[in-house]
Amino acid sequence: MAIFLTEHSRILVQGITGTEGARHTRRMVAAGSTVVAGVVPNRDGQRLDDIPIFGDVASAVAATGADVSVVFVPPRFAKAAVLEAVDASVPLTVVVTEGIPVHDSVEFVARARAAGVRIIGPNCPGLISPGQSNAGIIPADIAKRGRIGLVSKSGTLTYQLMHELRDFGFTSCVGIGGDPVAGTSHIDCLAAFEADPETDAIVLIGEIGGDAEERAAAFVRDHVTKPVVGYVAGFTAPPGRTMGHAGAIVSGSSGTAAAKKSALEAAGVAVGTTPTETAQLMRDLLAS
Amino acid sequence: MDLFEHQAHDLFALHDIPTGRRRVALTPAEAAAAAAAIGGKVVIKAQVKTGGRGKAGGVRLASSPDEAAHAAERILGMDIHGHTVHSVLVTDASEIVAEYYVALLLDRAAGGFLALLSGAGGMDIESAPPELLVRAPLDIDGGLTDGLALSLCADAGLPSEVAPVLTALWRLLRAEDATLVEINPLALLADGTIRALDGKITLDDNASFRHPQHAGLAAAAPADPREAAAARKHLNYVKLDGSVGVIGNGAGLVMSTLDVVAAAGEAHGGVTPANFLDIGGGASARVMADSLEIVLADPDVTAVLVNVFGGITACDAVADGILQAYWQLTDGGGPLRAPLIVRMDGNNAEKGRRMLVAAALPGVLTAETMDGAATLAAAMARQEAP
Ligand SMILES: Nc1ncnc2c1ncn2[C@@H]1O[C@H](COP(=O)(O)OP(=O)(O)OP(=O)(O)O)[C@@H](O)[C@H]1O
Ligand SMILES: [Mg+2]
Repeated sequence: MAIFLTEHSRILVQGITGTEGARHTRRMVAAGSTVVAGVVPNRDGQRLDDIPIFGDVASAVAATGADVSVVFVPPRFAKAAVLEAVDASVPLTVVVTEGIPVHDSVEFVARARAAGVRIIGPNCPGLISPGQSNAGIIPADIAKRGRIGLVSKSGTLTYQLMHELRDFGFTSCVGIGGDPVAGTSHIDCLAAFEADPETDAIVLIGEIGGDAEERAAAFVRDHVTKPVVGYVAGFTAPPGRTMGHAGAIVSGSSGTAAAKKSALEAAGVAVGTTPTETAQLMRDLLAS
Repeated sequence: MDLFEHQAHDLFALHDIPTGRRRVALTPAEAAAAAAAIGGKVVIKAQVKTGGRGKAGGVRLASSPDEAAHAAERILGMDIHGHTVHSVLVTDASEIVAEYYVALLLDRAAGGFLALLSGAGGMDIESAPPELLVRAPLDIDGGLTDGLALSLCADAGLPSEVAPVLTALWRLLRAEDATLVEINPLALLADGTIRALDGKITLDDNASFRHPQHAGLAAAAPADPREAAAARKHLNYVKLDGSVGVIGNGAGLVMSTLDVVAAAGEAHGGVTPANFLDIGGGASARVMADSLEIVLADPDVTAVLVNVFGGITACDAVADGILQAYWQLTDGGGPLRAPLIVRMDGNNAEKGRRMLVAAALPGVLTAETMDGAATLAAAMARQEAP
């Protein structure tokens, strides 16, 4: 097994004929993903290489049995595209697009929750289950299949940790994206890794801002039995400005890298001070 | 994008939220003229994009144009929490009976919007007891209806006259793509009317494509000349206090690089990073040259660390970018102003490193690991320090 994405996943790509869409579709195919359809309005009946293109998601799903959508549609049209996938009951939609207005994200995340389907992103690199499938833009050849699960907001930090632990390999690596509103949280991934029999240990990567890491720490303490190793970036980042009182009222004192690190450590998570040290903590843990 | 109070008030007026008469003044003379035009008692308020202006002495009462000029004189140029005051708002002084707090904002954790209301508004809202604060998640599709607004007011002990302000705030939030609208205080005046006496609005920059009317609200170019230059080249650069210039790809990795440099610097006399610079996905020669130029223009920089993980962009392309940038910046001649340490991992990293080693450029070093590169950069930065 793996989480959210397996060798059985059948991927459709929304915006498959755009520069990014076409390029990453070919990379996904080269990585062994099963890409069964593209969706581009007004291009029904065309093809990208040998992948059939449909005018809308519902037709693509009906014809191909696609159960994952990867969205490369530009910000202006992204909300409509994601809602189309949600309304077609696609179980998993990965929104790679960067720069989507947050009101649009709130709308499609709410709609997905009501429909009981999952969104990963927006503004995310997607997810990979090495050796099985790749949905998004994570380079496929960094690491092989193994028994570690990884969740992170940051794409390049995901790649760095995958690289550091490439000899151990991963069940799934999920880039949940850096936008203020995301369809899938650290906690959703922790819960899925905890439930996945092939995942033995988890890497949790966080960064400054918000309180997602603090909440993830509480979840680890209460619900995760598998060992978790953490990393938090942003100790030396200058403090951001705060507008008004609302931010402080809502998030209290959380948000700094130091606060996140101590929350994780209090929950029993070993936290590294550099990506390399974090990888070493995982090595020690898996060796013992 | 955060707005000034006077800009927030203009949006309030546009969305039928009552505000006072007002003018913006850049000089004491302009403040006097504004006070004369408004007539009667006025309040002179520092226009800075931060809270706590009242407590910092940035809000003053004036009963005549002369007093207004004098108040403006004291406020202009003030520093409030790191923000210099360049303009003041002159507005009529209200006779306040009660101060309320109302805000609508994005709740990141919940992935939706939230209403916050309190009868204990004013400058001490942060220390108001939590039981005096009503918080309610808002359904994005249902919105803030008249009925919900009335019941929230009742819960918070606010008069029902506040309800229309709440629904108007919701319309503003949705129509303008705001992530925060806050009024503190929303005041009940002696004549029984409700008026916004303060206003904080944050607009979502991602939505600017559908709000051409917001273009005029955009903040002036950043004060730091290098931040301004970087913004013109679409590079994400933030000036910091140290001496190691940092260039990397991806915000997370660059943030991590800053931490690793600072940690390595502890063993080298407290060397710290000079900047944050994220070149994003592509690392073309052009982007690399622009980045090096901006980082090296900072006189504090005594060594530069380039830390790239080759994902989509392969490391040989990055190495090529560095080589071309080097030639561009040195006109084919001598070394760069400061040593350059390059660390690459990922796609074609070995090939990229070999290209740099083979070119044997003076002052360009490669490192195998991120920690090793940071240590080398910290040591070089200290050695090169004036
Ligand atoms: N037009 C006005 N007439 C009368 N009193 C005013 C007026 N504007 C502000 N005040 C008083 O000054 C106080 C502080 O002003 P304001 O809330 O605008 O600034 P602030 O201190 O920056 O706010 P915050 O702390 O909410 O960031 C208000 O709580 C109110 O009592
Ligand atoms: Mg105020």
